[in-house]
Amino acid sequence: MKLALDALHLVLPGGKRALAGVSLEVAHGERIAIIGPSGAGKTSLLRLLGAALRPSSGALAIADVDPWALTARALQKLRGRIGMIHQAPPLPPRQRLVTAVLAGRLGAWGLWRGLASLAYPADIAGARESLARLDLAERLFDRCDRLSGGQLQRVGVARVLYQRPDLILADEPVSALDPQLAHQTVGELNREAQTRGVTLVASLHAVDLALRWFPRIVGLRDGAVAFDCPPLRVSDAMLHDLYATESQTIPLQGGEPLAHPEPMARAARGAATPLCR
Amino acid sequence: MTVGAFVWRPWAVLGGFALAAGASFAYLAADFGTLLGLESARQMAQFALGFVPPDTSPEFLGRALTGAAETLAISALGTLLAALAGAFLALPASGRWGRWLRAPARLVLNVLRSIPELVWAVFMVLAAGLGPFAGCLALAVHTAGVLGRLFAETLENTPPEPAAALRDAGSGATLAFFYGTLPVVMPQFTSYALYRWEYNIRMAAVLGFVGAGGLGQMLYVSLSVFKTHEAATLLIAMIAMVSVVDLLSAWLRRFLGRSGA
Amino acid sequence: MQVGVAAAPRDPALPARVALVAVGLLLLWPALELTEFDPRKLFEPSSLQVMGRFLGTFFPPALGQEFLGLVLRSALETLALATAGMALAVGLALPLALAVSDSLSISRIGPAPHAWLRRVLRAPLRFLLIVMRSIPEIVWALLFVRAVGLGPAAGVLAIAINYAGMLGKVYFEIFEAGDTRPARAILETGGGRLHAFFYGVLPVALPELVSYSVYRWECAIRASVVMGFVGAGGLGQQMELSMRMLEGGEVVTMLIVFFALVLLADAISALLRKVLT
Repeated sequence: MKLALDALHLVLPGGKRALAGVSLEVAHGERIAIIGPSGAGKTSLLRLLGAALRPSSGALAIADVDPWALTARALQKLRGRIGMIHQAPPLPPRQRLVTAVLAGRLGAWGLWRGLASLAYPADIAGARESLARLDLAERLFDRCDRLSGGQLQRVGVARVLYQRPDLILADEPVSALDPQLAHQTVGELNREAQTRGVTLVASLHAVDLALRWFPRIVGLRDGAVAFDCPPLRVSDAMLHDLYATESQTIPLQGGEPLAHPEPMARAARGAATPLCR
Repeated sequence: MTVGAFVWRPWAVLGGFALAAGASFAYLAADFGTLLGLESARQMAQFALGFVPPDTSPEFLGRALTGAAETLAISALGTLLAALAGAFLALPASGRWGRWLRAPARLVLNVLRSIPELVWAVFMVLAAGLGPFAGCLALAVHTAGVLGRLFAETLENTPPEPAAALRDAGSGATLAFFYGTLPVVMPQFTSYALYRWEYNIRMAAVLGFVGAGGLGQMLYVSLSVFKTHEAATLLIAMIAMVSVVDLLSAWLRRFLGRSGA
Repeated sequence: MQVGVAAAPRDPALPARVALVAVGLLLLWPALELTEFDPRKLFEPSSLQVMGRFLGTFFPPALGQEFLGLVLRSALETLALATAGMALAVGLALPLALAVSDSLSISRIGPAPHAWLRRVLRAPLRFLLIVMRSIPEIVWALLFVRAVGLGPAAGVLAIAINYAGMLGKVYFEIFEAGDTRPARAILETGGGRLHAFFYGVLPVALPELVSYSVYRWECAIRASVVMGFVGAGGLGQQMELSMRMLEGGEVVTMLIVFFALVLLADAISALLRKVLT
C-alpha cells in the first residue's frame, strides 16, 4: 500500500504539537523503521497512517486516496486493509486467544459470521497457525489474563498476521520481549511483509533492531523528520543527535553494543549504498 | 479516640430527629388512640396466636409449593428480561449512540426505576390482567431502569481501547462492541443482575398483593378471609424462597467468576 | 518458529457451552409456563380499551384545590408515618443490638453475674432480628392492617418492626467494628456496662449510627408510600384508590408529589450525612 504524507501537522487536544511538518513517501511493499526518543511523535505518526487520527493540516494519501474524504463505509473498508500492532495490546482480559486472534478479520467477515464465531470459533486452524508463528500455538484456548505482558504483545502481532493487511503498522511491537524473542518477532514481521509484498512501517525504541532488519530508517524528533536513510548511512553522530534529550546512551534491545550491520542488499545485488533522502 | 470525647453533631441530628418524631406522633395521634387500648392489644394477641400452627396439610403444601415456584419464575424471568432491556438501553444512556440520545435514554431509565414496583404492578394488572404475567412485566420494567443505569455507568468506566482497536482494523461498531467491550463488562453485568435477583425475589413475593400472582397473591387472599394458619405456611415459604435464591445467586456468582468466554 | 502440522483442535469450551444453553432452555420453558407469559394479553381489545382510557386521563394532571389539599395532607401523613416508624425502630434496635453485641461483654474479661443468661438469650435474639428483617415491610404492613385495621398505624408498626431488624443488625456490626478499647478500659476499672456503652462505645459509633439511620429514614419514606397500597395510609393509599378508579390525572399529580417527596428526603439525607462525616 502506497503512503504519501505532505507537510503534516498534528496538534493534540491538549494543545501539544505532536507532529510538525512531516513529509514522507512510502512505496508499496517498502519496510520502514521509525526511531526516535519518547515523545517524538512516533505513535501519533503511526495512528495518522492508520487513519485512526485526523491530521490538523497537511495532505495525507493512503493507497492514493485521502481517507478523510471517504464515506464512512469506504473508510471502514480501507481500515480493514490496515493492520495496527499496539504497544499495549488492547485485549479484553477474559477473552481467549483464539477469539482475540480471529477478531483481526471482523472487517472482512461481516456481522453474522462474526457473531457466530463467538459461539464457536470460525477458523481455529487459522488462528492456531498465526499463533504458531509467534510460538504461542499451545496457548490457543487460554484466556488473555493468564498471559504475561510479552506474550500478550505477541498475540497482538498474531492478530495482525491473521488479518493479512496490505499495510502493517507496528507501534513498538516488541518492547516487552526479551532480546531473542524481540529479534525473532521483528524478523517474522519482516518476513511477512516480504513474502506477501506488503508495506511495513514499524516504530522501534531499540535502534539495533531497526538497523538490523529494515532497509530504511526514519529518525523522528520533536514531531519532525530528522533523517531518512538506509541503515548504512545512519552514523553514530546522527543517533546521538537524535537521542540527545534522553539519556546519553542509545537504546538497544539486543544486549550487545551497536555495530553497523552487514548491508544485506549490497551483498545480494552488489549495488552502491543509496543516499539519504 | 479518648474516652468520653464529645461529638455534638450526631447529637444535634438526633435531637432534631426526636423533635420530628414527636411531631409525627402528634400528627398521627388520632389513629394511635385506639391502638394503645387494652382491647386492641388483646385483638392483636389473638390475631398473632392464629398463626400457630402453620397449615401443613398436603393439599395446601402443594399449593404453596406451586405458588413458590410461580414466585421464583416471576423473579427469574423478570430479572432476565430486565437485564436484556437494561443492557440495550445502557448503550444510548452511556453515550455510545451519540450525544443526543444520551439524555433521553437516561430520562427513560430514571422514570422506569423511580416508579415503585408495586405501582408498576397495578399498571400491569390493568394492562395484562390479574396473574403472574403482570408481576413479571412489572419487575422487568422497573428493574430495567435500575440495571440500565448501573450498566450505563459500567460502560462509561470501561476502557474504550479494545473496541477502538477493532474499529481501526475495519470492524463494524456492533462487532467491535461484542468482541471488544462486552467481554470486559460481562462479569460486572452478570454480578449486578444476580444481586438484583436476590432483591427481586422479595419483590416478586409481595407484588401478588395487588394481584400479580405468586405467593403474594395467595397470602393476600388467605389474610383477607383470616385463614391465618395458611398465611403462616405462606410466610415460611416466602422466607425459605428468599434463602434459596440468596444461596443460588451467591453460588452462580462464584461459578461464573471462575469461568470465562 | 514452526507452523503447526496437526489437524485443527476442537474448541474445548463447546461441551460446557452446549450444556449451559440446554440447562437454560430447560429452565426457561417452565418459567414461561408458570408466569403465564403471553404478550398477546397486552393487546387484547378489552385491556387495550381499559389502558387507553386510563392513559387518556393522564393529561392534564388533576390540580383542583381540594384535591391538592388532600394530596398534601397524604404526603404529610406519609412523612409522619415514616418518621414515627423510624423512631420506634431505633428505640427497638438499640437495646436489641446491645443485647446481642459482644463488645460490652463483661464475661470476656472475667466472670460476670448472669453471663449464662445473656449467652442463652443471644441466639434467639439474633434469630428474632433475622425474622424481623426477612419478612418484607409490606408483608408486615398487610399483617398489621388485618390486625389493627386500615390507616397509618399499621404502617408505623410495620416500619418499626422491619426496620428494627435491619437497624439492629447494622448497629450490632458498627458496635463490633469500632474500637472497643475505651469500653474495655471502663469495664476493667469497674464501671458498669451501661456506663461503658455511653462513654466508651457510643462516642465512637454515634456518627456512623446516625448516618445509617438517616439513610434508612429516606428508604422508609419510599417504603411508606408503597405500603399505602395495602391500606397502611399516606400517599400510597390515595394513589391506589385513584388507580382503581382509573383517575389518571390524580395518579399523575400524586406521582409528581411522590417524586418531590423522595427528592426532598434524598436532599435532607445527603445534607445530614455530609454534616456528620
